[in-house]
Amino acid sequence: MHPAFSVIFFTTTSGAGYGLLALLGIFGAAGIIPSERWFGLTGLAVALGFIGVGLLSSTFHLGHPERAWRALTQWRSSWLAREGVLAVLTFIPAGLLAIGWVFFETTSGFWGVMGIIAAILAWLTVVATSMIYRSLVTIFQWANFWTLPGYLMLSIMTGALMLGAIVMIFDHGNRVIQGTVILSIAVAWVLKYVYWQYIATHKSLATPSSAIAVDGAKITPLDPPHNSANYLMKEMGYVVARKHAEKLRAISHITLFALPLVLSVGVYFTSGPVAIIAAVVAMLSSWLGVAVERWLFFAEAKHTVTLYYGAQSV
Amino acid sequence: MTSLPHATNKKLGLVIDLDTCVGCHACATNCKQWNTGGHMAPLTDKNPYAKDPDGVWFNRVHSFEVKRGKTNPGLTVNFPRSCLHCENAACVTVCPTGASYKRVEDGIVLVNTNKCIGCKLCSWACPYGAREYDEDEGVMKKCTLCIDRIYNETLDPEDRKPACVLTCPAGARHFGDLADPDSDVSKLVANRAGRPLMPELGYKPTNSYLPPRARRVDGNDIGAENKLEAVSPRRGFLSWVDNMLSR
Repeated sequence: MHPAFSVIFFTTTSGAGYGLLALLGIFGAAGIIPSERWFGLTGLAVALGFIGVGLLSSTFHLGHPERAWRALTQWRSSWLAREGVLAVLTFIPAGLLAIGWVFFETTSGFWGVMGIIAAILAWLTVVATSMIYRSLVTIFQWANFWTLPGYLMLSIMTGALMLGAIVMIFDHGNRVIQGTVILSIAVAWVLKYVYWQYIATHKSLATPSSAIAVDGAKITPLDPPHNSANYLMKEMGYVVARKHAEKLRAISHITLFALPLVLSVGVYFTSGPVAIIAAVVAMLSSWLGVAVERWLFFAEAKHTVTLYYGAQSV
Repeated sequence: MTSLPHATNKKLGLVIDLDTCVGCHACATNCKQWNTGGHMAPLTDKNPYAKDPDGVWFNRVHSFEVKRGKTNPGLTVNFPRSCLHCENAACVTVCPTGASYKRVEDGIVLVNTNKCIGCKLCSWACPYGAREYDEDEGVMKKCTLCIDRIYNETLDPEDRKPACVLTCPAGARHFGDLADPDSDVSKLVANRAGRPLMPELGYKPTNSYLPPRARRVDGNDIGAENKLEAVSPRRGFLSWVDNMLSR
């Protein structure tokens, strides 16, 4: 599948934003992070900023961005519409949480409930994003169990790394947050590893035989239907990154998981400027890593239509 | 609403005979010609006369070489590919705007290009590559089963068929109601063991493909002798020559 830049940017930035918002809501309500004005303002501004920029960029790849509001109407059947509705709904409790935190410097009681609701809606939005891909049976690498937990956990992990960096900068670092960061990296790493193992060892039931309804030992294209690449070949037959998959996975393992994990363990046991720098570098590294991971998620996806263009399996 | 209807009154669709299709691309060409002025118009082309022409087509004709083991001869299969107007059309349900819909009255899957935002998700959801994006207009386009022909009372009754069916010189394309077991197309599917494409994905396509008939490999298949025996004439001039030369 062709990895549209705006979709990669959207799913990673808004994913991290929702991850951060959810943790701010929960840790705020639980009193694990202080309900101090400037800390709350920074954290929520970053979270909502990432979400907003991501959502905005997701409209850039549309043919008619001015009609984007229509994408909220079909929530009964479409995960893309559900994602849009949940994304809009999340702003309500998130906005109320921000009012309590910034204006009244409290995250307990009603404001705490808003934090919890914001966290639940944020996670549901990420789940809806993952279900857009999970529900496409045309792409075996997406339509499997591991897509949803992978998306959700990477959102939580990249959000946790952002929270980890912000609390260090505001000198509010504590063991619960740093432990959450380390745990989320470990879980996300395992999930992504299992996902890559799964797609390497399983493939779609669809075959060239079933695609053309003719039985045969081997079916190969003889004459092409058109003599230059068409929309289908450009959109579904994208293969540029696939040949570099091994290298890109290695980059992903290092920048998304290994380096942030080592640095986060370092943050856990140190303090002061060293810990701040380590937390920030871990966060920046995860941004690069998650972009590469999302690029691969698209580039490694094989659409059934490629069976008509010479693919022997998908 | 992009929820699918529970049932449709008819299941209008195509039956395509892979045995008789000669791969001439006439169906694809006539489809392009009709539809670039029809319901979905225009079917935009980019660089039509340059090195890399690209454009929107609703019908693409592939040719495949099918190897069938050592004992069976190989086959060349010409394979026209277009929208199958599936019962379980995921292209419709994934649409976030309501632009894609499946009609209750005849099961035809259509796009309302005034509502389409061009997110392309429907084309990702189609296993068969039936939908093609129009970059010029920023909307998705697809086969309408020539909705503007089949109900068009300004055309003669015999012309109220999809353009691809009308133009096929080999008679390889058939149009009708596949929900009616007595229709000609349903009988064709029953008699010739018509098959859906990629049934394992669960889309329940309406269109059906008739597989190539069993090939006649040697003389036995048409009741002829496998080897020609030497003939000895019993009477007449040739018999006398045969006798004289046999001495």
